[in-house]
Amino acid sequence: MQAIADWFKWLANAHGINVSIAYDAFDRTRFLTGLSTTVWLSVVCIVLSIFVGLVGAWFQGARSPLVRACVAAFVQFFRNTPPLVQLAFFYFAVSAALPMVTDPFGQKVPLVNNVGWAIISFSLFAGAFNIEIFRSGIEAVPSATTEAAEALGYTRVQSYVYVVLPLAFRICLPALGNNLVNLVKTTTLAYAIGVPELLYAAAQVWSEVLNVREMMVVLLITYIVIVAVLVGVMQRWERMLRIPGYNA
Amino acid sequence: MKPVANGSDLPVLLPIRLPALPASEFGDRLVAFFASRRAFVAIVVLAASSVAAAAAADAPMRPGIFETVLKWAPLIGTGFLFNLAISVASMMVGTLAGVLLGLGQISLLRPVRAISWVATQFFRNSPWLVLLFFAMFLLPFEIRIGGFVVSLPAWFKAIIGLALPVMANVAEIVRGGINSVPVGQWESAESLAFSRMQTLWRIILPQAVKRMIPPWMNLYAILTMATTLISVVGIQDAMTLTRGALVAEARTELYLPFYSLLLLYFFAYCYPIARLTQRLERRYAVKL
Repeated sequence: MQAIADWFKWLANAHGINVSIAYDAFDRTRFLTGLSTTVWLSVVCIVLSIFVGLVGAWFQGARSPLVRACVAAFVQFFRNTPPLVQLAFFYFAVSAALPMVTDPFGQKVPLVNNVGWAIISFSLFAGAFNIEIFRSGIEAVPSATTEAAEALGYTRVQSYVYVVLPLAFRICLPALGNNLVNLVKTTTLAYAIGVPELLYAAAQVWSEVLNVREMMVVLLITYIVIVAVLVGVMQRWERMLRIPGYNA
Repeated sequence: MKPVANGSDLPVLLPIRLPALPASEFGDRLVAFFASRRAFVAIVVLAASSVAAAAAADAPMRPGIFETVLKWAPLIGTGFLFNLAISVASMMVGTLAGVLLGLGQISLLRPVRAISWVATQFFRNSPWLVLLFFAMFLLPFEIRIGGFVVSLPAWFKAIIGLALPVMANVAEIVRGGINSVPVGQWESAESLAFSRMQTLWRIILPQAVKRMIPPWMNLYAILTMATTLISVVGIQDAMTLTRGALVAEARTELYLPFYSLLLLYFFAYCYPIARLTQRLERRYAVKL
Protein backbone atom coordinates (compact mmCIF):
# COMPACT_ATOMS: atom_id res chain seq x y z
CA MET A 1 0.00 0.00 0.00
CA GLN A 2 2.78 2.38 1.05
CA ALA A 3 4.73 1.51 -2.06
CA ILE A 4 1.81 2.51 -4.29
CA ALA A 5 1.38 5.78 -2.39
CA ASP A 6 5.08 6.48 -2.72
CA TRP A 7 4.99 5.76 -6.43
CA PHE A 8 2.11 8.21 -6.98
CA LYS A 9 3.95 10.80 -4.90
CA TRP A 10 7.00 10.31 -7.12
CA LEU A 11 4.76 10.59 -10.20
CA ALA A 12 3.37 13.91 -8.92
CA ASN A 13 6.82 15.30 -8.20
CA ALA A 14 8.65 13.99 -11.23
CA HIS A 15 6.01 14.33 -13.94
CA GLY A 16 3.35 16.59 -12.46
CA ILE A 17 0.66 13.93 -12.74
CA ASN A 18 -0.98 14.56 -9.41
CA VAL A 19 -3.41 11.79 -8.42
CA SER A 20 -3.76 13.13 -4.91
CA ILE A 21 -6.35 10.57 -3.83
CA ALA A 22 -3.70 7.84 -4.16
CA TYR A 23 -1.38 9.22 -1.47
CA ASP A 24 -3.30 11.87 0.45
CA ALA A 25 -5.42 10.19 3.15
CA PHE A 26 -7.75 13.19 3.46
CA ASP A 27 -8.51 13.35 -0.26
CA ARG A 28 -8.86 9.60 -0.45
CA THR A 29 -11.39 9.54 2.38
CA ARG A 30 -13.37 12.29 0.70
CA PHE A 31 -13.33 10.46 -2.62
CA LEU A 32 -14.29 7.11 -1.07
CA THR A 33 -17.10 8.76 0.91
CA GLY A 34 -18.37 10.23 -2.35
CA LEU A 35 -18.11 6.83 -4.01
CA SER A 36 -20.06 5.14 -1.25
CA THR A 37 -22.71 7.88 -1.39
CA THR A 38 -23.09 7.36 -5.13
CA VAL A 39 -23.36 3.59 -4.72
CA TRP A 40 -25.83 3.93 -1.85
CA LEU A 41 -27.89 6.50 -3.76
CA SER A 42 -27.90 4.29 -6.86
CA VAL A 43 -28.96 1.16 -4.99
CA VAL A 44 -31.76 2.92 -3.12
CA CYS A 45 -33.02 4.56 -6.32
CA ILE A 46 -32.81 1.29 -8.28
CA VAL A 47 -34.91 -0.54 -5.69
CA LEU A 48 -37.46 2.26 -5.38
CA SER A 49 -37.69 2.80 -9.14
CA ILE A 50 -38.34 -0.91 -9.73
CA PHE A 51 -41.04 -0.69 -7.07
CA VAL A 52 -42.56 2.38 -8.77
CA GLY A 53 -42.39 0.54 -12.10
CA LEU A 54 -44.13 -2.59 -10.79
CA VAL A 55 -46.90 -0.67 -9.03
CA GLY A 56 -47.35 1.65 -12.01
CA ALA A 57 -47.50 -1.22 -14.48
CA TRP A 58 -50.10 -2.88 -12.28
CA PHE A 59 -52.19 0.26 -12.14
CA GLN A 60 -51.87 0.63 -15.89
CA GLY A 61 -53.67 -2.68 -16.26
CA ALA A 62 -56.41 -1.53 -13.86
CA ARG A 63 -60.06 -1.48 -14.86
CA SER A 64 -60.64 2.08 -13.70
CA PRO A 65 -60.06 4.46 -16.61
CA LEU A 66 -59.13 7.30 -14.29
CA VAL A 67 -56.28 5.31 -12.74
CA ARG A 68 -54.93 4.38 -16.17
CA ALA A 69 -55.13 7.97 -17.37
CA CYS A 70 -53.26 9.13 -14.27
CA VAL A 71 -50.49 6.59 -14.83
CA ALA A 72 -50.23 7.58 -18.51
CA ALA A 73 -49.96 11.28 -17.57
CA PHE A 74 -47.33 10.48 -14.92
CA VAL A 75 -45.23 8.53 -17.40
CA GLN A 76 -45.47 11.17 -20.13
CA PHE A 77 -44.63 13.96 -17.71
CA PHE A 78 -41.49 12.32 -16.35
CA ARG A 79 -40.30 11.05 -19.71
CA ASN A 80 -40.56 14.38 -21.50
CA THR A 81 -39.10 16.84 -19.02
CA PRO A 82 -35.43 17.25 -18.08
CA PRO A 83 -34.42 15.30 -14.96
CA LEU A 84 -32.40 18.28 -13.73
CA VAL A 85 -35.46 20.54 -13.85
CA GLN A 86 -37.49 17.82 -12.11
CA LEU A 87 -34.89 17.72 -9.38
CA ALA A 88 -34.92 21.51 -9.03
CA PHE A 89 -38.70 21.45 -9.09
CA PHE A 90 -38.79 19.04 -6.16
CA TYR A 91 -35.91 20.48 -4.20
CA PHE A 92 -36.69 24.19 -4.56
CA ALA A 93 -40.38 24.42 -5.41
CA VAL A 94 -42.12 21.47 -3.75
CA SER A 95 -39.84 21.70 -0.73
CA ALA A 96 -40.73 25.38 -0.28
CA ALA A 97 -44.41 24.50 -0.37
CA LEU A 98 -44.03 21.88 2.37
CA PRO A 99 -44.05 22.81 6.07
CA MET A 100 -40.78 23.06 8.01
CA VAL A 101 -40.04 20.75 10.91
CA THR A 102 -37.96 21.32 14.01
CA ASP A 103 -34.84 19.18 14.32
CA PRO A 104 -33.44 17.91 17.67
CA PHE A 105 -31.34 21.05 18.01
CA GLY A 106 -34.40 23.27 17.80
CA GLN A 107 -33.67 24.55 14.29
CA LYS A 108 -36.20 24.80 11.52
CA VAL A 109 -35.29 22.41 8.72
CA PRO A 110 -37.16 21.33 5.57
CA LEU A 111 -39.29 18.22 5.84
CA VAL A 112 -37.16 16.36 3.28
CA ASN A 113 -33.45 17.19 2.83
CA ASN A 114 -31.51 17.30 -0.42
CA VAL A 115 -30.58 13.59 -0.34
CA GLY A 116 -34.24 12.75 0.21
CA TRP A 117 -35.35 14.84 -2.74
CA ALA A 118 -32.64 13.36 -4.94
CA ILE A 119 -33.89 9.86 -4.08
CA ILE A 120 -37.54 10.80 -4.67
CA SER A 121 -36.82 12.62 -7.91
CA PHE A 122 -34.56 9.96 -9.47
CA SER A 123 -36.81 7.11 -8.36
CA LEU A 124 -39.84 8.72 -9.98
CA PHE A 125 -37.85 9.57 -13.12
CA ALA A 126 -36.47 6.07 -13.59
CA GLY A 127 -39.73 4.59 -12.32
CA ALA A 128 -41.66 6.28 -15.14
CA PHE A 129 -39.39 4.55 -17.67
CA ASN A 130 -39.69 1.28 -15.73
CA ILE A 131 -43.49 1.44 -15.97
CA GLU A 132 -43.23 1.51 -19.76
CA ILE A 133 -40.64 -1.27 -19.75
CA PHE A 134 -42.68 -3.53 -17.47
CA ARG A 135 -45.83 -2.79 -19.43
CA SER A 136 -44.19 -3.89 -22.66
CA GLY A 137 -42.95 -7.00 -20.85
CA ILE A 138 -46.43 -7.77 -19.53
CA GLU A 139 -47.92 -7.25 -22.98
CA ALA A 140 -45.40 -9.72 -24.37
CA VAL A 141 -46.72 -12.48 -22.10
CA PRO A 142 -49.15 -14.47 -24.28
CA SER A 143 -52.75 -13.85 -23.30
CA ALA A 144 -53.28 -17.63 -23.38
CA THR A 145 -50.99 -17.87 -20.34
CA THR A 146 -53.06 -15.37 -18.36
CA GLU A 147 -56.25 -17.07 -19.46
CA ALA A 148 -54.85 -20.41 -18.35
CA ALA A 149 -54.04 -18.92 -14.95
CA GLU A 150 -57.57 -17.55 -14.75
CA ALA A 151 -58.98 -20.92 -15.67
CA LEU A 152 -56.99 -22.45 -12.83
CA GLY A 153 -58.75 -20.11 -10.44
CA TYR A 154 -56.04 -17.51 -9.90
CA THR A 155 -57.29 -14.10 -8.91
CA ARG A 156 -56.04 -11.07 -10.82
CA VAL A 157 -53.42 -10.29 -8.18
CA GLN A 158 -52.32 -13.92 -7.94
CA SER A 159 -51.95 -14.37 -11.68
CA TYR A 160 -50.06 -11.06 -11.79
CA VAL A 161 -47.64 -12.07 -9.04
CA TYR A 162 -47.16 -15.77 -9.80
CA VAL A 163 -47.59 -16.03 -13.56
CA VAL A 164 -47.37 -12.77 -15.46
CA LEU A 165 -44.59 -10.98 -13.56
CA PRO A 166 -42.07 -13.83 -13.51
CA LEU A 167 -42.38 -14.18 -17.28
CA ALA A 168 -42.59 -10.46 -18.03
CA PHE A 169 -39.57 -9.78 -15.84
CA ARG A 170 -37.42 -12.11 -17.90
CA ILE A 171 -38.58 -10.50 -21.13
CA CYS A 172 -37.82 -6.94 -20.02
CA LEU A 173 -34.55 -7.52 -18.18
CA PRO A 174 -32.32 -6.16 -21.01
CA ALA A 175 -34.36 -2.95 -21.29
CA LEU A 176 -34.47 -2.67 -17.52
CA GLY A 177 -30.70 -3.01 -17.39
CA ASN A 178 -30.31 -0.11 -19.83
CA ASN A 179 -32.60 2.08 -17.81
CA LEU A 180 -30.82 1.28 -14.54
CA VAL A 181 -27.47 2.17 -16.12
CA ASN A 182 -29.08 5.44 -17.14
CA LEU A 183 -30.30 5.92 -13.57
CA VAL A 184 -26.80 5.44 -12.16
CA LYS A 185 -25.55 8.06 -14.61
CA THR A 186 -28.40 10.38 -13.62
CA THR A 187 -27.34 10.32 -9.96
CA THR A 188 -24.55 12.77 -10.90
CA LEU A 189 -27.25 15.44 -11.18
CA ALA A 190 -27.50 15.38 -7.38
CA TYR A 191 -24.33 17.46 -7.55
CA ALA A 192 -26.54 20.41 -8.52
CA ILE A 193 -28.35 20.35 -5.17
CA GLY A 194 -25.24 19.68 -3.13
CA VAL A 195 -25.55 15.97 -2.38
CA PRO A 196 -21.98 14.86 -1.54
CA GLU A 197 -21.79 12.11 -4.17
CA LEU A 198 -18.84 11.11 -6.33
CA LEU A 199 -18.85 14.09 -8.71
CA TYR A 200 -19.24 16.50 -5.80
CA ALA A 201 -16.37 14.89 -3.91
CA ALA A 202 -14.18 14.95 -7.01
CA ALA A 203 -15.01 18.61 -7.60
CA GLN A 204 -14.00 19.37 -4.01
CA VAL A 205 -10.69 17.60 -4.50
CA TRP A 206 -9.86 19.24 -7.82
CA SER A 207 -10.78 22.73 -6.69
CA GLU A 208 -8.42 22.42 -3.72
CA VAL A 209 -5.55 20.41 -5.19
CA LEU A 210 -5.98 21.88 -8.70
CA ASN A 211 -5.65 18.53 -10.44
CA VAL A 212 -8.72 18.71 -12.68
CA ARG A 213 -7.15 16.63 -15.44
CA GLU A 214 -6.17 13.69 -13.24
CA MET A 215 -9.35 13.70 -11.16
CA MET A 216 -11.47 13.87 -14.31
CA VAL A 217 -9.84 10.72 -15.67
CA VAL A 218 -10.21 8.98 -12.29
CA LEU A 219 -13.85 10.07 -12.18
CA LEU A 220 -14.67 8.80 -15.67
CA ILE A 221 -12.96 5.48 -14.99
CA THR A 222 -14.76 5.11 -11.67
CA TYR A 223 -18.14 5.67 -13.29
CA ILE A 224 -17.34 3.23 -16.06
CA VAL A 225 -16.37 0.62 -13.49
CA ILE A 226 -19.61 1.22 -11.57
CA VAL A 227 -21.62 0.85 -14.78
CA ALA A 228 -19.64 -2.24 -15.78
CA VAL A 229 -20.38 -3.85 -12.41
CA LEU A 230 -24.07 -3.08 -12.80
CA VAL A 231 -24.13 -4.46 -16.35
CA GLY A 232 -22.30 -7.59 -15.12
CA VAL A 233 -24.81 -8.10 -12.31
CA MET A 234 -27.73 -7.66 -14.69
CA GLN A 235 -26.29 -10.16 -17.16
CA ARG A 236 -25.68 -12.67 -14.38
CA TRP A 237 -29.20 -12.16 -13.18
CA GLU A 238 -30.52 -12.66 -16.69
CA ARG A 239 -28.62 -15.95 -16.98
CA MET A 240 -29.79 -17.05 -13.54
CA LEU A 241 -33.44 -16.40 -14.35
CA ARG A 242 -33.32 -18.04 -17.76
CA ILE A 243 -35.84 -20.83 -18.13
CA PRO A 244 -34.39 -23.55 -20.36
CA GLY A 245 -36.57 -23.97 -23.40
CA TYR A 246 -38.55 -20.77 -22.83
CA ASN A 247 -37.37 -18.21 -25.28
CA ALA A 248 -39.02 -14.88 -24.86
CA MET B 1 -71.22 -28.58 -37.74
CA LYS B 2 -74.72 -27.75 -36.60
CA PRO B 3 -75.00 -24.68 -34.42
CA VAL B 4 -76.27 -25.31 -30.92
CA ALA B 5 -79.92 -24.53 -30.63
CA ASN B 6 -80.63 -21.51 -28.54
CA GLY B 7 -83.51 -23.23 -26.92
CA SER B 8 -81.16 -25.54 -24.96
CA ASP B 9 -81.65 -25.55 -21.25
CA LEU B 10 -78.10 -26.63 -20.55
CA PRO B 11 -76.33 -23.47 -19.33
CA VAL B 12 -73.03 -24.63 -20.72
CA LEU B 13 -74.40 -24.68 -24.23
CA LEU B 14 -75.91 -21.23 -24.01
CA PRO B 15 -73.87 -18.47 -25.62
CA ILE B 16 -71.85 -16.60 -23.06
CA ARG B 17 -73.47 -13.35 -22.14
CA LEU B 18 -70.70 -10.94 -21.34
CA PRO B 19 -71.59 -8.20 -18.88
CA ALA B 20 -71.77 -4.81 -20.52
CA LEU B 21 -68.59 -2.89 -19.83
CA PRO B 22 -69.33 0.73 -20.52
CA ALA B 23 -66.75 1.79 -17.94
CA SER B 24 -63.95 -0.12 -19.61
CA GLU B 25 -64.89 1.22 -23.01
CA PHE B 26 -64.82 4.70 -21.59
CA GLY B 27 -61.45 3.88 -20.08
CA ASP B 28 -60.03 2.78 -23.39
CA ARG B 29 -61.17 6.02 -24.90
CA LEU B 30 -59.57 7.97 -22.05
CA VAL B 31 -56.28 6.12 -22.42
CA ALA B 32 -56.38 6.68 -26.16
CA PHE B 33 -57.06 10.32 -25.38
CA PHE B 34 -53.95 10.52 -23.26
CA ALA B 35 -51.97 8.85 -25.96
CA SER B 36 -53.21 11.40 -28.45
CA ARG B 37 -52.28 14.90 -29.38
CA ARG B 38 -55.14 16.31 -27.35
CA ALA B 39 -53.48 15.15 -24.11
CA PHE B 40 -50.73 17.58 -24.81
CA VAL B 41 -53.18 20.47 -25.07
CA ALA B 42 -55.01 19.23 -21.98
CA ILE B 43 -51.83 19.17 -19.89
CA VAL B 44 -50.89 22.65 -21.06
CA VAL B 45 -54.36 23.97 -20.20
CA LEU B 46 -54.28 22.17 -16.85
CA ALA B 47 -50.92 23.66 -15.93
CA ALA B 48 -52.02 27.13 -16.99
CA SER B 49 -55.23 26.88 -15.00
CA SER B 50 -53.34 25.68 -11.91
CA VAL B 51 -51.14 28.74 -12.16
CA ALA B 52 -54.28 30.88 -12.50
CA ALA B 53 -55.83 29.17 -9.47
CA ALA B 54 -52.72 29.92 -7.46
CA ALA B 55 -53.00 33.53 -8.58
CA ALA B 56 -56.53 33.75 -7.21
CA ALA B 57 -55.25 32.89 -3.73
CA ASP B 58 -52.64 35.63 -3.87
CA ALA B 59 -52.63 38.72 -1.66
CA PRO B 60 -54.12 41.81 -3.37
CA MET B 61 -51.15 44.05 -2.51
CA ARG B 62 -48.55 42.46 -4.79
CA PRO B 63 -48.96 41.63 -8.47
CA GLY B 64 -50.66 38.27 -8.85
CA ILE B 65 -48.74 35.08 -9.46
CA PHE B 66 -50.21 34.67 -12.89
CA GLU B 67 -49.14 38.15 -14.02
CA THR B 68 -45.67 37.62 -12.58
CA VAL B 69 -45.29 34.36 -14.46
CA LEU B 70 -46.49 36.03 -17.63
CA LYS B 71 -44.06 38.87 -17.10
CA TRP B 72 -41.07 36.53 -16.90
CA ALA B 73 -42.22 33.91 -19.40
CA PRO B 74 -40.70 35.65 -22.48
CA LEU B 75 -37.29 35.97 -20.81
CA ILE B 76 -37.27 32.32 -19.75
CA GLY B 77 -38.48 31.58 -23.28
CA THR B 78 -35.39 33.19 -24.81
CA GLY B 79 -33.27 31.08 -22.44
CA PHE B 80 -35.15 28.06 -23.67
CA LEU B 81 -34.43 29.04 -27.27
CA PHE B 82 -30.75 29.16 -26.34
CA ASN B 83 -31.08 25.62 -24.98
CA LEU B 84 -32.63 24.57 -28.27
CA ALA B 85 -29.82 26.20 -30.25
CA ILE B 86 -27.26 24.32 -28.16
CA SER B 87 -29.18 21.07 -28.65
CA VAL B 88 -29.30 21.48 -32.44
CA ALA B 89 -25.60 22.31 -32.67
CA SER B 90 -24.61 19.40 -30.40
CA MET B 91 -26.81 17.05 -32.35
CA MET B 92 -25.14 18.03 -35.62
CA VAL B 93 -21.62 17.65 -34.26
CA GLY B 94 -22.53 14.45 -32.40
CA THR B 95 -24.26 12.91 -35.42
CA LEU B 96 -21.36 13.60 -37.76
CA ALA B 97 -18.82 12.15 -35.35
CA GLY B 98 -21.16 9.33 -34.37
CA VAL B 99 -21.75 8.16 -37.95
CA LEU B 100 -17.99 7.96 -38.48
CA LEU B 101 -17.56 6.08 -35.20
CA GLY B 102 -20.46 3.76 -36.03
CA LEU B 103 -19.01 2.96 -39.45
CA GLY B 104 -15.64 2.47 -37.75
CA GLN B 105 -17.23 -0.24 -35.63
CA ILE B 106 -18.03 -2.32 -38.70
CA SER B 107 -14.68 -1.64 -40.36
CA LEU B 108 -12.75 -4.59 -41.71
CA LEU B 109 -9.56 -3.31 -40.07
CA ARG B 110 -9.27 -4.79 -36.62
CA PRO B 111 -7.53 -1.82 -34.94
CA VAL B 112 -10.11 0.68 -36.27
CA ARG B 113 -12.88 -1.58 -35.04
CA ALA B 114 -11.30 -1.97 -31.61
CA ILE B 115 -10.65 1.75 -31.13
CA SER B 116 -14.16 2.66 -32.27
CA TRP B 117 -15.65 0.11 -29.91
CA VAL B 118 -13.65 1.33 -26.92
CA ALA B 119 -14.48 4.99 -27.67
CA THR B 120 -18.17 4.19 -28.04
CA GLN B 121 -18.36 2.24 -24.80
CA PHE B 122 -16.34 4.84 -22.93
CA PHE B 123 -18.49 7.80 -23.91
CA ARG B 124 -21.74 5.88 -23.76
CA ASN B 125 -21.27 4.65 -20.24
CA SER B 126 -20.06 7.81 -18.59
CA PRO B 127 -22.52 10.29 -17.10
CA TRP B 128 -23.43 13.25 -19.33
CA LEU B 129 -22.66 15.74 -16.60
CA VAL B 130 -19.17 14.32 -16.05
CA LEU B 131 -18.46 14.49 -19.79
CA LEU B 132 -19.68 18.08 -19.80
CA PHE B 133 -17.31 18.93 -16.95
CA PHE B 134 -14.62 17.07 -18.86
CA ALA B 135 -15.07 19.30 -21.93
CA MET B 136 -15.54 22.51 -19.97
CA PHE B 137 -12.38 22.11 -17.93
CA LEU B 138 -10.05 20.30 -20.25
CA LEU B 139 -10.59 22.13 -23.52
CA PRO B 140 -8.33 25.19 -23.69
CA PHE B 141 -9.99 28.61 -23.54
CA GLU B 142 -8.19 29.56 -26.75
CA ILE B 143 -6.30 27.74 -29.46
CA ARG B 144 -3.52 28.88 -31.72
CA ILE B 145 -3.80 28.00 -35.39
CA GLY B 146 -0.74 29.33 -37.15
CA GLY B 147 -0.59 33.00 -36.17
CA PHE B 148 -4.27 33.27 -35.26
CA VAL B 149 -5.60 32.94 -31.75
CA VAL B 150 -9.10 31.52 -31.77
CA SER B 151 -10.85 31.82 -28.44
CA LEU B 152 -13.23 29.04 -27.45
CA PRO B 153 -16.24 30.49 -25.63
CA ALA B 154 -18.01 28.50 -22.93
CA TRP B 155 -21.02 27.73 -25.10
CA PHE B 156 -18.76 26.20 -27.73
CA LYS B 157 -17.16 23.93 -25.16
CA ALA B 158 -20.62 23.00 -23.89
CA ILE B 159 -21.63 21.97 -27.42
CA ILE B 160 -18.59 19.70 -27.61
CA GLY B 161 -19.24 18.35 -24.12
CA LEU B 162 -22.80 17.41 -24.99
CA ALA B 163 -21.79 16.11 -28.41
CA LEU B 164 -19.49 13.46 -26.86
CA PRO B 165 -22.24 11.23 -25.39
CA VAL B 166 -24.43 11.95 -28.43
CA MET B 167 -21.62 10.73 -30.67
CA ALA B 168 -21.35 7.44 -28.79
CA ASN B 169 -25.11 6.91 -28.83
CA VAL B 170 -25.37 7.72 -32.53
CA ALA B 171 -22.54 5.24 -33.16
CA GLU B 172 -24.59 2.54 -31.44
CA ILE B 173 -27.69 3.49 -33.43
CA VAL B 174 -25.74 3.33 -36.70
CA ARG B 175 -24.17 -0.01 -35.82
CA GLY B 176 -27.53 -1.40 -34.70
CA GLY B 177 -29.25 -0.15 -37.84
CA ILE B 178 -26.65 -1.67 -40.13
CA ASN B 179 -26.70 -4.95 -38.22
CA SER B 180 -30.49 -5.11 -38.51
CA VAL B 181 -30.16 -5.58 -42.27
CA PRO B 182 -29.94 -9.32 -42.93
CA VAL B 183 -26.50 -10.70 -43.85
CA GLY B 184 -28.05 -12.20 -46.97
CA GLN B 185 -28.16 -8.72 -48.51
CA TRP B 186 -24.42 -8.29 -48.10
CA GLU B 187 -23.87 -11.67 -49.68
CA SER B 188 -26.19 -11.05 -52.62
CA ALA B 189 -24.56 -7.67 -53.23
CA GLU B 190 -21.17 -9.32 -53.22
CA SER B 191 -22.34 -11.91 -55.69
CA LEU B 192 -23.53 -9.05 -57.94
CA ALA B 193 -19.95 -7.68 -57.85
CA PHE B 194 -20.69 -4.65 -55.69
CA SER B 195 -17.68 -3.41 -53.79
CA ARG B 196 -17.94 -3.10 -50.02
CA MET B 197 -18.35 0.68 -50.24
CA GLN B 198 -21.03 0.36 -52.90
CA THR B 199 -22.89 -2.26 -50.90
CA LEU B 200 -22.83 -0.05 -47.84
CA TRP B 201 -23.89 3.20 -49.50
CA ARG B 202 -26.30 1.89 -52.11
CA ILE B 203 -27.88 -1.13 -50.49
CA ILE B 204 -27.43 -1.34 -46.74
CA LEU B 205 -27.57 2.27 -45.56
CA PRO B 206 -30.69 3.34 -47.49
CA GLN B 207 -32.59 0.59 -45.70
CA ALA B 208 -30.88 1.03 -42.35
CA VAL B 209 -31.41 4.82 -42.21
CA LYS B 210 -35.16 4.32 -41.97
CA ARG B 211 -34.68 2.25 -38.88
CA MET B 212 -32.18 4.66 -37.37
CA ILE B 213 -34.45 7.70 -37.54
CA PRO B 214 -36.79 6.87 -34.61
CA PRO B 215 -33.99 6.14 -32.09
CA TRP B 216 -32.09 9.14 -33.43
CA MET B 217 -35.06 11.40 -32.74
CA ASN B 218 -35.42 9.86 -29.32
CA LEU B 219 -31.79 10.69 -28.67
CA TYR B 220 -32.41 14.25 -29.78
CA ALA B 221 -35.22 14.60 -27.23
CA ILE B 222 -32.88 13.22 -24.54
CA LEU B 223 -30.21 15.68 -25.61
CA THR B 224 -32.63 18.62 -25.50
CA MET B 225 -33.50 17.67 -21.95
CA ALA B 226 -29.82 17.28 -21.11
CA THR B 227 -29.00 20.82 -22.29
CA THR B 228 -30.19 22.08 -18.89
CA LEU B 229 -26.96 20.58 -17.53
CA ILE B 230 -25.05 23.56 -18.93
CA SER B 231 -26.56 25.66 -16.15
CA VAL B 232 -24.59 23.51 -13.68
CA VAL B 233 -21.30 24.45 -15.34
CA GLY B 234 -22.20 28.14 -15.31
CA ILE B 235 -23.68 28.97 -18.71
CA GLN B 236 -26.80 31.11 -18.71
CA ASP B 237 -29.71 29.05 -20.00
CA ALA B 238 -33.42 28.72 -19.26
CA MET B 239 -32.68 27.12 -15.88
CA THR B 240 -30.30 29.91 -14.82
CA LEU B 241 -32.79 32.55 -15.96
CA THR B 242 -35.59 30.88 -14.00
CA ARG B 243 -33.44 30.91 -10.89
CA GLY B 244 -32.47 34.53 -11.56
CA ALA B 245 -36.10 35.56 -11.97
CA LEU B 246 -36.96 33.86 -8.68
CA VAL B 247 -34.12 35.67 -6.93
CA ALA B 248 -35.30 38.97 -8.40
CA GLU B 249 -38.86 38.41 -7.26
CA ALA B 250 -37.86 36.98 -3.86
CA ARG B 251 -41.22 35.32 -3.21
CA THR B 252 -41.30 31.68 -2.16
CA GLU B 253 -44.85 31.17 -3.47
CA LEU B 254 -43.50 31.75 -7.00
CA TYR B 255 -41.18 28.74 -6.92
CA LEU B 256 -43.82 26.20 -7.86
CA PRO B 257 -45.33 28.13 -10.80
CA PHE B 258 -41.93 29.17 -12.17
CA TYR B 259 -40.43 25.71 -12.20
CA SER B 260 -43.72 24.38 -13.60
CA LEU B 261 -43.38 26.88 -16.42
CA LEU B 262 -39.87 25.65 -17.15
CA LEU B 263 -41.02 22.03 -17.11
CA LEU B 264 -43.84 23.05 -19.41
CA TYR B 265 -41.49 24.60 -21.95
CA PHE B 266 -39.56 21.35 -22.22
CA PHE B 267 -42.67 19.20 -22.18
CA ALA B 268 -44.20 21.29 -24.97
CA TYR B 269 -41.11 20.64 -27.09
CA CYS B 270 -40.24 17.04 -26.24
CA TYR B 271 -43.69 15.48 -26.07
CA PRO B 272 -44.53 16.08 -29.77
CA ILE B 273 -41.13 14.65 -30.69
CA ALA B 274 -41.87 11.55 -28.64
CA ARG B 275 -45.27 11.13 -30.32
CA LEU B 276 -43.76 11.56 -33.77
CA THR B 277 -41.02 9.05 -32.91
CA GLN B 278 -43.63 6.51 -31.92
CA ARG B 279 -45.57 7.03 -35.10
CA LEU B 280 -42.46 6.69 -37.27
CA GLU B 281 -41.48 3.58 -35.35
CA ARG B 282 -44.79 1.98 -36.21
CA ARG B 283 -44.61 3.12 -39.81
CA TYR B 284 -41.05 1.89 -40.38
CA ALA B 285 -41.58 -1.39 -38.59
CA VAL B 286 -41.22 -3.32 -41.82
CA LYS B 287 -39.65 -6.71 -42.23
CA LEU B 288 -36.52 -6.71 -44.32
